[in-house]
Amino acid sequence: MTAGPVSAGPVSAGPVTAGPVSAGPVSAGRGRASAAEHGRWLIRGVEVPGYGEPGERTAILTEGGSVTAIGPGLQHPDARLLDADGLIALPGLVDLHTHLREPGREDAETVQTGTAAAALGGYTAVHAMANTDPVADTAGVVEQVWRLGRAAGHCDVQPVGAVTIGLNGARLAELGTMADSVARVRVFSDDGRCVADPLLMRRALEYVKAFDGVIAQHAQDPRLTEGAQLNEGEMSARLGLAGWPAVAEEGIIARDCLLAAHVGSALHVCHVSTAGSAEIIRWAKSKGWPVTAEVTPHHLLLTDELAAGYDPVFKVNPPLRTGNDVAELRRALADGTIDCVATDHAPHPVEAKETEWSEAAFGMTGLETALRVVQRAMVDTGLLDWAGVADRMSVRPARIGRLAGQGVPLAPGAPANLTLYDPAAPAEAVTPEGASKSRNTPFAGLELPGRVVATFLRGVPTVLDGKLA
Amino acid sequence: MKRHLISAADLSRSDALLILDTAEELAQLADRPIKKLPTLRGRTVVNLFYEDSTRTRISFEAAAKRLSADVINFSAKGSSVAKGESLKDTALTLEAMGADAVVIRHGASGAAHRLAHWVRGSVLNAGDGTHEHPTQALLDAFTIRRRLKGQGARGAGLDGLRVTIVGDVLHSRVARSNVLLLSTLGAEVTLAAPPTLLPLAVGSWPCEVSYELDSELPKSDVVMMLRVQQERMTAAYFPSVREYSRRYGLDVERMARLPGHAIVMHPGPMNRGVEIAAEVADSVRSTIVEQVANGVTTRMAVLYLLLGGTEFPATEAGQ
Repeated sequence: MTAGPVSAGPVSAGPVTAGPVSAGPVSAGRGRASAAEHGRWLIRGVEVPGYGEPGERTAILTEGGSVTAIGPGLQHPDARLLDADGLIALPGLVDLHTHLREPGREDAETVQTGTAAAALGGYTAVHAMANTDPVADTAGVVEQVWRLGRAAGHCDVQPVGAVTIGLNGARLAELGTMADSVARVRVFSDDGRCVADPLLMRRALEYVKAFDGVIAQHAQDPRLTEGAQLNEGEMSARLGLAGWPAVAEEGIIARDCLLAAHVGSALHVCHVSTAGSAEIIRWAKSKGWPVTAEVTPHHLLLTDELAAGYDPVFKVNPPLRTGNDVAELRRALADGTIDCVATDHAPHPVEAKETEWSEAAFGMTGLETALRVVQRAMVDTGLLDWAGVADRMSVRPARIGRLAGQGVPLAPGAPANLTLYDPAAPAEAVTPEGASKSRNTPFAGLELPGRVVATFLRGVPTVLDGKLA
Repeated sequence: MKRHLISAADLSRSDALLILDTAEELAQLADRPIKKLPTLRGRTVVNLFYEDSTRTRISFEAAAKRLSADVINFSAKGSSVAKGESLKDTALTLEAMGADAVVIRHGASGAAHRLAHWVRGSVLNAGDGTHEHPTQALLDAFTIRRRLKGQGARGAGLDGLRVTIVGDVLHSRVARSNVLLLSTLGAEVTLAAPPTLLPLAVGSWPCEVSYELDSELPKSDVVMMLRVQQERMTAAYFPSVREYSRRYGLDVERMARLPGHAIVMHPGPMNRGVEIAAEVADSVRSTIVEQVANGVTTRMAVLYLLLGGTEFPATEAGQ
């Protein structure tokens, strides 16, 4: 492997073309592999958004878990060569909102299968939500999840701690102990439930200032959503499903923005789903208040009209909203009002969805399709360029999650966490089968563009040629 | 006609008229000493009832039996359902037993929709949650047509008739199906209810809306009173049953404001003294008992048409 130009390999960026150096990437516990195991990779023909002219192809050299050089015509005598002609290199994606279900619901997902799905989706880090069984409301549980993540090795797993004991909204969990644990928890959330009590929310926001924490709120007024099933509007009226009003989300967000401003602490708003929520967050940010927000891929693409057949695969919390909400959420993500895309990957076993709508579980899987959905909803529509995607799916979520070593823009010295994506891959229908244990994707059968070709975690491939490495 | 009857929206105007006209033919049977026809002999109709509703179940049962179908009553209570069997597994069980039609009553909106994915036979929605109850709308349309257009009114719609539906529209499957079917048949429907008991998006429905009953009465040909559930009061839909009754109940005084020919309907079971006064329920304007009788006839027509009975009933009914 000498000076030769970029090999004439297939555009689809096939597998590794040569490998003179050992650098066998597959080894147990490679998630925290030592520098010696990392080897060197030379990724050629790739576009690095924000680096050089748009569309310009270049090469990335990784060594010892870091990016050591970027530039056209890079060479290295003993690096493994990856022909990435026409691919886009993004800093490894970071998900702020993932349900890995372990411990407790290993029938739906495990840390192993969930992180495999994440890697296949281009993620190098996920935040594991706290609503497991037992709830991640103690140092013991968050450390268990953190260790399971390290053992699985497909991506970094950063546990989220519960705000209140058992997610019951009554007493604060030991937030400081979780922060001080090996898991170094910084994001706290009762996700799945709202911290509805305004006093408790105030105290939680205040308390986590001591260790630079953030409260990620699941904004849902419980009284306004008793028995609620579907966005309150034309569809819920026609289908006879109890309505889920937008105001149930917006009212809590408005209150929490005011609380965050009052105590000067960081609020993160989970899965924003309405146009009005985006407007309130835009207003709060205009005041300079410490508020961030996320939107899910499904809320960027799907609407409540999909509930017409009562298929609970479209049942999710917060519910799918209207076309106008989708348009406004896209606009808010584009202008930065909404900081990031977070999957809210929520796997469920078949029987939890193969039932009556009102009996079915809330939630959708999303890790393996997120980037393709974002391409369709944001990039192909001209709302966001690839540098913007890198910002919204990697840089900002890592910053909100206080994750060191993740979400660092690709540049010499940055950790070699990266995702190689082929935006020109012909649109293919999504199939429910994947690395996730569950099949409840709302995108099944939908044609989405693009393909995640490879994912690198600190210089080690977790995915190559679209398959687990 | 479609294979299933899940929503009144499944019915075109000509479908609906075919059902009403077929029911008209079948109604003649009711006057004969022997009420049974052989048309569905050898066919199996399952009544799958997840909610207690003796009235609807026996109506469907009588309809199927008068067409000579074999009827299996499957009640959720005391069956495997009570032990937690899923709707899908129940459906597969019924499928294995060879049900030609499944009549389903269920507390969850959309249950009939879901069932239709899992069985090959026809699915008849006998009420799903707060969604729809299409055969109730058909029997109501049949009753209105007989009373106001005459018994021989075959082929006629309800064009120009003004129907006021009063009460808890938000939670009413009867109201949803009636708005769809009656407007398909040309009636002008008005919903009269407190704003709390109307869907927020009711403006997209093919009907008018009024918050006041009194102003609607003089121009109504039909007033349909919906049952008020006591539990709505605790959820703050209205302050008290007495206030509801005062503002939206049909008492003798209000009935007097109706045009002379107007009829009063109620899908049952009634709360006498709440949404309807006893004197009104028992008056000559009331069609409540007729509705029950017409329910059997209309459901016979639906079963006959969905299951494609072998002999057209007219030839026998006419004998």
